[in-house]
Amino acid sequence: MEQLLKVSNLQTGFKNDREIQKVLHGIDLEVNKGEIVGLVGESGSGKSVTSLSIMQLLHGTPGKVLAGEINYKGVDLLSLKESEMRKYRGKELSMIFQEPMTSLNPVVKIGKQLTEIIMLHLKYSKKKAQGHAISMLESVGIPRAKDIMESYPHELSGGMLQRVMIAMQISCYPSLLIADEPTTALDVTIQAQILNLLKEIQETSNMGVLFITHDLGVVSEICDRVIVMYAGRIVEELSVDRLFEDASHPYTKGLIKSIPIIGQNKKKLFSIPGTVPSPRNMPKGCKFAPRCEFAMDICWQKEPALLDSNYGKSRCWLEAEDKEEAYDSKYSYRS
Amino acid sequence: MENKYVEMDLNEEINSDKTENRFLEFWKLFRRKKPALYSLYFILLLLVLVVAGQYITPFDHSEPNYSNILSSPSWPHVFGTDEYGRDVLSRVIAGTKIALTVSISAVLIGAIAGTILGLVSGFFGKWIDKAIMRFCDILFAFPDLILAIGIVAILGPGLQNVIIAIAFFSVPSFARIVRSSTLEVKELLFVESAKSMGASKRRIVFKHIFPETIPVIIVYFTMNVGTAILSAASLSFLGLGAELSSPDWGAMLSMGRDYIGTSFHIVFFPGLMIFLTVLAFNILGDGLRDVLDPKTRD
Amino acid sequence: MLQFTIKRLLSLLPLLLVVSFVVFMFIHFIPGDPARLMAGQDASLEEIEDARNALGLNDPILVQYTTYLSSLLQLELGESYRSGIPVIDLISDRIGPSLILTFLSILWALVIGILIGIISAVFRDKLPDRLGMLTAVSGISLPNFWLGLVCIQIFSVQLGWLPTGGVNDGLKSYILPSFALGAGIMAMIARFTRSSLVQTLKQDYIRTGRSKGLSSQSIIYGHALKNSLIPVITVAGLQFGFLLGGSVVVETVFSFPGLGQLLIDSISYRDYPVVQALILFFSVQFILVNLFVDILYSLFNPKIRYD
Repeated sequence: MEQLLKVSNLQTGFKNDREIQKVLHGIDLEVNKGEIVGLVGESGSGKSVTSLSIMQLLHGTPGKVLAGEINYKGVDLLSLKESEMRKYRGKELSMIFQEPMTSLNPVVKIGKQLTEIIMLHLKYSKKKAQGHAISMLESVGIPRAKDIMESYPHELSGGMLQRVMIAMQISCYPSLLIADEPTTALDVTIQAQILNLLKEIQETSNMGVLFITHDLGVVSEICDRVIVMYAGRIVEELSVDRLFEDASHPYTKGLIKSIPIIGQNKKKLFSIPGTVPSPRNMPKGCKFAPRCEFAMDICWQKEPALLDSNYGKSRCWLEAEDKEEAYDSKYSYRS
Repeated sequence: MENKYVEMDLNEEINSDKTENRFLEFWKLFRRKKPALYSLYFILLLLVLVVAGQYITPFDHSEPNYSNILSSPSWPHVFGTDEYGRDVLSRVIAGTKIALTVSISAVLIGAIAGTILGLVSGFFGKWIDKAIMRFCDILFAFPDLILAIGIVAILGPGLQNVIIAIAFFSVPSFARIVRSSTLEVKELLFVESAKSMGASKRRIVFKHIFPETIPVIIVYFTMNVGTAILSAASLSFLGLGAELSSPDWGAMLSMGRDYIGTSFHIVFFPGLMIFLTVLAFNILGDGLRDVLDPKTRD
Repeated sequence: MLQFTIKRLLSLLPLLLVVSFVVFMFIHFIPGDPARLMAGQDASLEEIEDARNALGLNDPILVQYTTYLSSLLQLELGESYRSGIPVIDLISDRIGPSLILTFLSILWALVIGILIGIISAVFRDKLPDRLGMLTAVSGISLPNFWLGLVCIQIFSVQLGWLPTGGVNDGLKSYILPSFALGAGIMAMIARFTRSSLVQTLKQDYIRTGRSKGLSSQSIIYGHALKNSLIPVITVAGLQFGFLLGGSVVVETVFSFPGLGQLLIDSISYRDYPVVQALILFFSVQFILVNLFVDILYSLFNPKIRYD
């Protein structure tokens, strides 16, 4: 498989007042061509920060990439100047966001928002760009595409806007698409349509997709591989085929348990007790220990490393109980 | 942020010593706003001049000296003398008292009336709210200074009437701003709980809602004093305010403009004083807003 | 669009009625007897009574108001006590220079104010921002009459480039007055443009623009500016009242033959019909400018237009 993106030891922090609060503690992940990778975690786990760091869209937020490498097709994106990075955004790496309603400019016609990116990257004339935009809109299943070009965002529904957003972000044939919770803000029926659309597009174009979500159910439907994040760290990674049988990290298991199953009317859905610790109150050892039903003494003492498990990788003392090398010196000096 | 706010006030209910902490917390943040801090010092200095000005002026501000008229700034007349030979510096210092008493009392009257209207409007709602807001709309339909000129035209010139006119056009803006923060506070938990515990309406308004609107009122008050100084000086300049012979800054400019070609200093210094004073109030207002009402900061 | 305009216009009618009523009552608030004022200092009791009847002061208030309103609609604003000239003639003689002055002031204030606001927002918390906002807070704090006098001292007295007042030198006569009059409003527009643009730059769609690979310039000019200038129009409309009030002062400084100076002259001569008419004129002008601003706002904001 051809590798598109390889992120190594990505560390991102937020600057507040005088200190820098680290929120990503060395993220390693890869996305290959033609593959959908699910990046899963609760809110506060750092999955959105990861995607914004990759796109280098932290501008205007207090966030800053502190260390690491983001290798895209052999180029370290972090070493690029902003003006060079701009040529990648929208052309090579594209991104769709959670809130279609607010992610399109309310006072600019949809047509202009589409042709703008096409003219910028594909260097088309205005007329050619308009034609291309219309065919892109049609390809994502928007009826009356010509009329929609003349509309303003508020005249369309959320589902339609997300289609517009997808059409826009794939219009310059990117190799990698980052989708940050693209269906979370939409109705359930619309969610399925958008997921199918994304899957379809990915299959025909052979793009790599980094799909960010908090919902393992969605992941099991469209992803090939899943990466689970917790408190700014990757805690488990494995192929989706093995997810339900072979997930080993208690956090992943908890997430699986909390997937709602259609047709099965449980009164109360399972949810993992507690919340993600804030960066200020991180436990010393395993960051999940306070919420883990299997937590042992060592879990409170030392943070486990991300080690190969049966079908992937896992960061858990249960897996690595007797392995001496499991003690990760990389984390020992960080509290 | 919002939640923290509520929490803080719940604590305050239990333990009133927290008020002091709240002030300390404010001061800690405010102290970092250097321009606002220096503006505050400047305004305090002006207040000292208001109280002690008459004892420290180098000359009597109203005593003419016909042997030394329109002399340029030089020792001992640092700001020069005017067309009657009066010391401009002494007059500018004496003018501080007029400017600050007129503007502060005008805004104070406007603020009190506006705050009461705003609290009533926001708390009781319904037809009272509608009636008060319509009244404000009508006042807003007249440009401020035109309204003030109209009022002075009816009442006649003079500082007392200037105060009434400025107070009058300050009312609707205070009413609106207090009304909107009253509406916000009303929704907060602790007012609801006070209601359910059966506190009287008047008690709720004055014990619970009014204290929460104070920061907004302080910010608005400071900014409005600046505007009021400008308006009062304008009216005096137009001959509708202070006696033209009095050491009012606007009146000094009005009298001095005839000598502008030859003795520019007699209009320059009073005008500069207006500018610096208003500037200080505006910068202080901005700083207070940043600290007390962070929502409205860009 | 037309429908929207008509609807807004109709909704203004009650306000216009109330404002005209307040201005009508103006003459009744004045201490002293309007009939005596009109008849003159040494009029006999009979003459005063005649004047009272002529003014309709013996009729019930509402009847008087209806008469006032109907004469307003026919643009009959009475006669000046002082000169006997119909008030409408006095106004129409002086309306031209005043309108030009306010127009020029708001024009430069908008252009420069928006420019300073943009620069400050783009270089937020850097030196250009601090300089821009220092200019703005100074502009708000400057007494316009003093600014006018300082300008006269520099550009007319010392340099001799521009006239000290009047309107006899064509466009040249307007430069200093419109500068002095526009400074305050320029400052307010600059501050508001800055905060509006800073707000806009935090929006999700700006991040979308960046994700598309747009440059900062394209994002500001193609996306952020339009969104942030729409509210600036409204603020400019509201500040127009400030400009009208300021025009009275600035016209006095520059001996400018406009409506503002007419107002001050008329007050000092107790020429109440003129004062009354001018206060009504300024208020109606303010209300109409804001109506115009509302319509402009709906033109630029697609959301309002369709709702």
